[in-house]
Amino acid sequence: MTATLHFRSGKKRQFRFSWQQRDALNRRRNNPTIPKMASEVEETLKRIEGQRGVVGTVVCNADGIPIRSSLDGVATAQYARLLRKLTVMAKSAVRDIDPQNDLTFLRLRSQKCEIMVGLENEFLVIVIQNLHQ
Amino acid sequence: MQDAFFCRGSNETVLFVQDKEDGMEHGDEWDEWSHGKTLTKPPDQLELTEAELNETFTRILTATNPHAPQNIVRYSFKKRSYKPISAVDQMAVHFVLEGNLLYKDSDEARRQMAKQGLPAGMYHIMLSTFPEKDAAEMEEVEEEDRPDSAASKTGKKEQKLTNQINFCERASQTLNNPPRERNCQTEPPPRCNFSAIANQWEIYDAYVEELQKQEKNKEKQKAIPSKKDDEDDDRGKKKMILMETQTQSDDLCKMAKATKILERMVNQNIYGDLAIDFKYYEDCSDEFREQEGTLLPLWKFQCDKAKKLTVTALCWNKKYQDLFAAGMGSYDFSKQGRGVLVFYTLKNSSFPEYIYPTNCGIMCLDIHEQVSYLVAVGFYDGCVAVYNLKEDGQQPVYQSTAKTGKHTDPVWQVRWQNDDMDGNHNFYSVSSDGRVVSWTLVKNELVSTDIIKLTMEGVPHLSTASFDFHKQINHLFLVGTQEGKIHKCFKTYSSQYLETYDAHTLAVDAVKWNHFHPKVFISCSSDWTVKIWDHTINTPMFTFELYAAVGDVAWAPYSSTVFAAVTVNGKVHIFDLNVNKYEAICQQQVVAKKTKLTHIEFNLVHPLIIVGDDQGYITSFKLSPNLRKQPKVRQSSLSRLTDVMPMQI
Repeated sequence: MTATLHFRSGKKRQFRFSWQQRDALNRRRNNPTIPKMASEVEETLKRIEGQRGVVGTVVCNADGIPIRSSLDGVATAQYARLLRKLTVMAKSAVRDIDPQNDLTFLRLRSQKCEIMVGLENEFLVIVIQNLHQ
Repeated sequence: MQDAFFCRGSNETVLFVQDKEDGMEHGDEWDEWSHGKTLTKPPDQLELTEAELNETFTRILTATNPHAPQNIVRYSFKKRSYKPISAVDQMAVHFVLEGNLLYKDSDEARRQMAKQGLPAGMYHIMLSTFPEKDAAEMEEVEEEDRPDSAASKTGKKEQKLTNQINFCERASQTLNNPPRERNCQTEPPPRCNFSAIANQWEIYDAYVEELQKQEKNKEKQKAIPSKKDDEDDDRGKKKMILMETQTQSDDLCKMAKATKILERMVNQNIYGDLAIDFKYYEDCSDEFREQEGTLLPLWKFQCDKAKKLTVTALCWNKKYQDLFAAGMGSYDFSKQGRGVLVFYTLKNSSFPEYIYPTNCGIMCLDIHEQVSYLVAVGFYDGCVAVYNLKEDGQQPVYQSTAKTGKHTDPVWQVRWQNDDMDGNHNFYSVSSDGRVVSWTLVKNELVSTDIIKLTMEGVPHLSTASFDFHKQINHLFLVGTQEGKIHKCFKTYSSQYLETYDAHTLAVDAVKWNHFHPKVFISCSSDWTVKIWDHTINTPMFTFELYAAVGDVAWAPYSSTVFAAVTVNGKVHIFDLNVNKYEAICQQQVVAKKTKLTHIEFNLVHPLIIVGDDQGYITSFKLSPNLRKQPKVRQSSLSRLTDVMPMQI
């Protein structure tokens, strides 16, 4: 509930009483479903990229298009495309066995590196890390 | 008979009349005619002009029947009128004569011949034709004349001739129009490929969607009759809009959980061998060392925000056994500044799970046993605060102020108690101003109640440095002072101590009740000693000299006879009274000599200890098997300690 003040100069301002402000804050605080700020996730990704051995991270949206990446364009596109296909197949396999189940993480360990894929809300988070120090 | 004829060739029309009766008289009429002499004009001869004489009159001879009618009309229903028939039959029959000849091959003739019984060999009995004769055969037969055919086939008895039809084929070829191709081409409609796979889960998803739709419909039907408040609607709509805009704009928020776990996976890769050691490594050399054990260093936790701060408090979370809290501040009076409360998990050693920076150094903390997201913290400036880990934001949910009765000296110890009768959470704090205060969380406020004011004869208040509540007897607690005394008190007696022990010569840094034995407690002090007491006896049962100021001491949760102590020279000492009553079974230098160790805590389930030092690092160690000797099933921990304790005289 906010009132709109119309000034003579034509400006319009939203006005709130202090108790409304407090209520809004409390509502925000008490509502656990409001997602965390993107900056926290961004910080986490930066930390991951700074860890020892990590080559890079790629974040893809539901269509398989990379929205954030620390690798160059070619590599990003490659990882996004190939891992998208793989995760779709893996997800299909898991759900085929039990439709109430769903894929959450996929770890691909090879001789040189490990590719870790996290799936959430149709988004893909891919982390590539070299193994040998 | 008179023959009359006209002839041309002369200007005058001459009529020649020849009378046969007068033949004699005109016997030489030929001659007369050939001479062409006398022209006799009858009296009523038409006088015609030259032109009229030269006119030619055409006479047509036709074969029409003059008797045939020429104007037959028929009624036409189409035109609803009488219409003259164009063609009228002109046949005039002059003569009809009925004959009595029969065609040989006709039915009547055959019947007659059969009657007469003439031999069959005389002629061919031709079978009657069938409509499905071949055209070729028919043609073949047609070529021959019929009488010829009859004659040629004499002598062949009972031979079926394939064709004997009285018909002839007539064909005519019309002119074929040349075919012309007409076509038109349209633009093809746009196409796209569609493919789908019918999997178990596709089918399941479809069913689930269907169910949800049905449920929504049911809800809509229910919602229509019931009226909602406008306010709720508004708020609900606003929340929805808020959520929607957020979900649209903050794409990354959706992956918070996945990213967190990915970070842990990366850490697992980096520190993989540490995790495996933690889980599986057992020091085999313990078999050869009879009593001694070792500490295996595992993860080292550090945080940028906590650099150069001293670890002033450590506490494990009871519910999530891999989570622990560390409070950072400073023991140094002159170097007071900010502090930080960090929570680490063993799963991620590179970055804390929760960080709460504070203005003032933290001196102590405690995590609630049941409600494991509530953390009570005591500060150097005498404040106490309660943090709720589930809440966003860096501020504590409750904080004490001067008005609400905060301490005037640093808070040395906080402890959660059981919920009071109203069900409110409450905790105790002890500070060097001599007050032991109980704080209750009532709705949004922190209510303080002074429990006891510790005084000594003459001295207004004592500076207390540590306290501990008895595990079973809730109202009994011990207070250690900075003068080296330990007081045993009851919560209910606010003015008197039950007992005083002259424990140490310097400040008592820590007092801890034994987890198993109800009478035993341990105390450590900066006077280089660790003492074990029976609270009924005034003198210590055991005294251990550690050659350096002891920062902290802790009982092991798995055995009543094991305890660990840390000293300022960077050593960890572990004692097992069952094994060796006089010496430590493990004395290990775990950090650089200059670093002081400040706190030590045993993990509740894992064979792990964490040690905090004054550089802001927290190191974890795994206990080797010799250090973890647990009582066998029959022998309880209690009895172990009792066995070990010296006899009471």
